[in-house]
Amino acid sequence: MIGLRRLVTDLALAGPAALAMMLFIFLPVVVVVVLSFTDYQFGARSFDWVALDNYADLLGSRHGRNALINTLIYAAIVIPASVGLGLLVALGLHAIARTMPRVSAVLRAVYFLPVAATLVAMAVAWQMLLHPSLGLINQWLSALGLPGRQWLSDRGIVLYTLAAIGVWQSVGYNMVLFLAGLAAIPRSLYDAAAVDGAETGWDRFWIVTWPMLGPTTLFVMIVTCANAFRVFETVATMTGGGPAFASDTIVYALYREGFVYFKAGYASAITVVFFGALVILTAIQIVVVERRVHYR
Amino acid sequence: MNGASVLSLRNVTKQFGDAVAVDDVSLDLHAGEFVALLGASGCGKSTTLRLLAGLEQVGSGQVFLRGADVTGDTASARNVALMFQSYALYPHVTVYQNIAMPLRLRRLSVVNRLPGIRLLRAPVRNTIADIDVKVRRVADMLRIGPLLARKPGQLSGGQQQRVALARALVRDPSAFLLDEPLSNLDTQLRADTRDEIRALHKRTGCPFLLVTHDQSDALSMADRIAVMIAGRIVQVGSPETIFNRPRLRAVAEFIGHNRMNILPRGMAAALHPAGAMHDLGVRPEDLSIDRSGPLEVQVESFAYHGEETILRLRAADATPLRAVLRGDAAVPPQGGTVRLSAPLSALHAFDTAGLRVTL
Repeated sequence: MIGLRRLVTDLALAGPAALAMMLFIFLPVVVVVVLSFTDYQFGARSFDWVALDNYADLLGSRHGRNALINTLIYAAIVIPASVGLGLLVALGLHAIARTMPRVSAVLRAVYFLPVAATLVAMAVAWQMLLHPSLGLINQWLSALGLPGRQWLSDRGIVLYTLAAIGVWQSVGYNMVLFLAGLAAIPRSLYDAAAVDGAETGWDRFWIVTWPMLGPTTLFVMIVTCANAFRVFETVATMTGGGPAFASDTIVYALYREGFVYFKAGYASAITVVFFGALVILTAIQIVVVERRVHYR
Repeated sequence: MNGASVLSLRNVTKQFGDAVAVDDVSLDLHAGEFVALLGASGCGKSTTLRLLAGLEQVGSGQVFLRGADVTGDTASARNVALMFQSYALYPHVTVYQNIAMPLRLRRLSVVNRLPGIRLLRAPVRNTIADIDVKVRRVADMLRIGPLLARKPGQLSGGQQQRVALARALVRDPSAFLLDEPLSNLDTQLRADTRDEIRALHKRTGCPFLLVTHDQSDALSMADRIAVMIAGRIVQVGSPETIFNRPRLRAVAEFIGHNRMNILPRGMAAALHPAGAMHDLGVRPEDLSIDRSGPLEVQVESFAYHGEETILRLRAADATPLRAVLRGDAAVPPQGGTVRLSAPLSALHAFDTAGLRVTL
């Protein structure tokens, strides 16, 4: 009797959320996986099974590979740079927080602004800053006697420009996470290190700060990784993947194929590859790093 | 016991903002000595310890190490070992690496601490082998040899404390400072650890300074006790002196398992003529029920503690008193009156300023 009541209670409590997850997460994933093996187009009455053709297209075609490689380059710049800079800024602000609390608080807000602001609006501002003739950046460069550049329309530069904006946007978020991590490190560990003979800030960093930030760093890495691979807004609003696909990325290609060309089958294949890559990456980070950051 | 002074503070004052944490404190730690710095929480004893260790810089005054002025030196230059109340073990490395850390930091440069460097350089190899010998020796001494490969998170509180002791002792420190080492342990472990720290002190011959708020820790472990009240050291002496001849009323009330009774001047004259002018203190253990005793009191309640029974009493002028009876003594009925007496030697007289007066 009691067992039955508990079962009903459990179902009533967990059921709605579980059902919603099935309906809105697991089911769509299954549908996408199924679609990725078809040539289905939005609006079509029928479709044919094409086995792995969509995947072969993505990995074998010039455009598919280009989008993959661009995304990898973008991530390879944004992940280390925004994690490293975020940590650096956090260390600096944490160090001056005791002597200059006001300055530290103001700087923290400034660094966090790009996170709080809408990226699409910020992209418009960046577009104006980066404008070849009217933009402030080229004007400053010419004031310094340096040649201006076509930041968003030079095929060799555009991806790096986007990466720089990506770093600018995520440093603040990483900084806030690192600041929280730093605040949680017990003072007594620094005292112990000082008594044990850690004379320099370098020693203290490697003996106490870096290992104690391990769990924070893992979390920051996973979040930054996922965000870097998902880059879309800046591409869509500033370059449209151009010029000549030089800034085409996976998620932008997915959007173009699925919602512009209505190739649902191909877009699904891109989604599956992207999803799989992120799951594997996160799993590796958790399995490999988790063991080394939670000291139990 | 009275060897040369190893570590000393001279007229040291430390302020945090407007608050004076340590006020004109002078303290000597002699070679081979075990000193307890005793005070209530917030009295400045931990700050005093941090000043000795070099974790805080003095506001004014000087710190000496074997006669040399080390006032401006860092903690690591002073080579003072400190065991933290929270143990402060590095959670990410093994017990072995925790204990080896002070030696690695002192004897290997940043470059030579890199992993794998010992494969390239013979002197580094020798240093590491030497460190290994020291770590294993101190681990055996503290019986934590089998735990060397574990992480601190996998150890019990008592084991973590041994590791913290080992880390402090591994490098032959000039002095050994212990910050409330017993406060996180349960009663049984506490008694064992007291004995163990005493034995460790005998064995190493290193001067120990124990910071504690627990008067029984101080009385049972130390050769000398410095009592600290509100940032000042008010009395320094042997445990017997501190217990039997407290210099201040505040010290008298702080020391002792049961708080000393204070009979206000006037009514105290019943016990001793000096009580007409001075407050008289008498420890609850020193009061005994005596049919012809000079002090008549009413029994308010009693609490049975096994080996002893504590009576809560009230004198005619409403002064609350406590008396301790042996466990097997007959307990007088609640609400009844009894007469008490105390031997002359157990009476402590204090003047209006709270200073001890010789009877």
